[in-house]
Amino acid sequence: MTHPLKHDLNQPILDVAHVNFKFGEHVALDDITFHLHTGERVAVVGPNGAGKSTLFKVIAGILHADSGDVNVFGFESGKHDCIAYIPQRSVVDWHFPVNVFDVVMMGRTAMLKPFVIPGKQHQAAVRQALEKVGMQDLAARQISQLSGGQQQRMFIARALAQEANLMLMDEPLTGLDDPAQEDLLKLMEKLEQDKVTIMAATHDLDQAAQHFNRIFLLNRHLIRFGKAKDVLTAENLKIAYGGRLRLMEDGKSVMALDHSCCEGGEE
Amino acid sequence: MIESIWSWIVQPLTYGFMQRGLVASILVGTVCAVIGAFIVLRGMAFFGDALSHTILPGVAVGYLVSGGAQGSLFWWALGTAIVSALGIGMISKKSQLREDTSIGIVFAGMFALGIALISTVRSYAVDLSHFLFGDVLGVSVQSLITILIFGAVVLVAIWAFYKQLVVVSFDPLLAATLRLPVKFLNNLLLILIAITVAVSLQIVGVALMVAMLVTPAATAFLLTKRLPRMMLLAAISAVLSSIIGLYVSFYLSISSGSAVVLICTLFFVVTWVVQSLRGKRSSR
Repeated sequence: MTHPLKHDLNQPILDVAHVNFKFGEHVALDDITFHLHTGERVAVVGPNGAGKSTLFKVIAGILHADSGDVNVFGFESGKHDCIAYIPQRSVVDWHFPVNVFDVVMMGRTAMLKPFVIPGKQHQAAVRQALEKVGMQDLAARQISQLSGGQQQRMFIARALAQEANLMLMDEPLTGLDDPAQEDLLKLMEKLEQDKVTIMAATHDLDQAAQHFNRIFLLNRHLIRFGKAKDVLTAENLKIAYGGRLRLMEDGKSVMALDHSCCEGGEE
Repeated sequence: MIESIWSWIVQPLTYGFMQRGLVASILVGTVCAVIGAFIVLRGMAFFGDALSHTILPGVAVGYLVSGGAQGSLFWWALGTAIVSALGIGMISKKSQLREDTSIGIVFAGMFALGIALISTVRSYAVDLSHFLFGDVLGVSVQSLITILIFGAVVLVAIWAFYKQLVVVSFDPLLAATLRLPVKFLNNLLLILIAITVAVSLQIVGVALMVAMLVTPAATAFLLTKRLPRMMLLAAISAVLSSIIGLYVSFYLSISSGSAVVLICTLFFVVTWVVQSLRGKRSSR
């Protein structure tokens, strides 16, 4: 690992204390405090406009909190390059003229020298990352030719190439068909071996309960953070979603649907 | 027969102004095409068009001060282009209006100021048309050297920062989490576009500049899905357009800048038609 900022491994991978964030007058995050353990998978759940994307961007150091601290392994998050933010697929320009290998190599940009083509060591790291997500055969494919699940796995490979310890995924499961969702959830579980810590925003409460270690229920302030059975109570959900909550019981999954849940954009 | 084709090709080259014009437009075409790839991918066509118009008052002042010497005009163009590029970049961030509205206001106002300044000179119609549409056949050896040096600066800078510029264009949030110097890279790109505009001024003029920045790159975008290849194909298309355009201009006596741009456009249209016919066939 060649991260410029050292890590104090005795400190939690992520420690967020009293973070506030406003867009103008609009309060997006209100006094958020929590910490994560290395290797755990956390589902971030809440209605649209709850501040999920904003929280991720503040953690990644892309946006700066108005007050409060975000520390990664004991040091301020804004200086680490070990945090990967995986965007919603709807905000990516899929016609950009790059292939899968190019995109995964982007994860290593901070380590690359000017002028030269990335050397063997970097090429090997990219191939290894592609293998990990099962996409070694698709390296030369143009990104517009990928399925939704493949697009998502490519970004995970990019985060692996970046040598990220913390992956923040903005609605990775939205818009994927069932098999693709299953594949992606399995892949996330597999990343635990590599001590990768994951926070993923999702609308599917049932999946959140089954496939994640803890659930983070957010609506501008942190309503509850813990095991599914403690978080996903009728009372907590009512606080989070208010009148907008509809529990869809189709025998398979429970979805928290608010009216605009499937438009794909928040904030 | 072969002999007459040969003389058709060689004859224009017996003129020094044609030789210099050809070399100049090949150089400018290449630089515009390569940086044009970023302009097309980032949706900055309007910015490029605005920037080239915005430099007119600076060029006009240089023209009034120097009495029209080519050498000093370049420096005025370069200075104004860099200031305008960073200025427009700032306006579009700070303003409450939509970005294109504020750029539109600045661009038209500056352009009008430029025309007003130039119109104070009696012979203005001729000179103005050179600024607007270029004067590729009037390129001196001195400006050829300037074009060569500054064109090389742009290409070398793109080469050096290629990987970073690609990341910041494709996924600015990744650039931020990798702690790349995002602001520096964006400003660098603006400055490189500004240099390109200054270098191209005499070749295509301010009014047609956007065509050189956008059209060859757009043609190449239709042909390939890899960025380095897109840059190469854009450069080839621009160079071919320059050569063919200048011959067309020589034999049909039409304005050289517009001839080059028309050939660029023709390449684009043909490519687009061929690709959409192919697309239709393969989707059946």
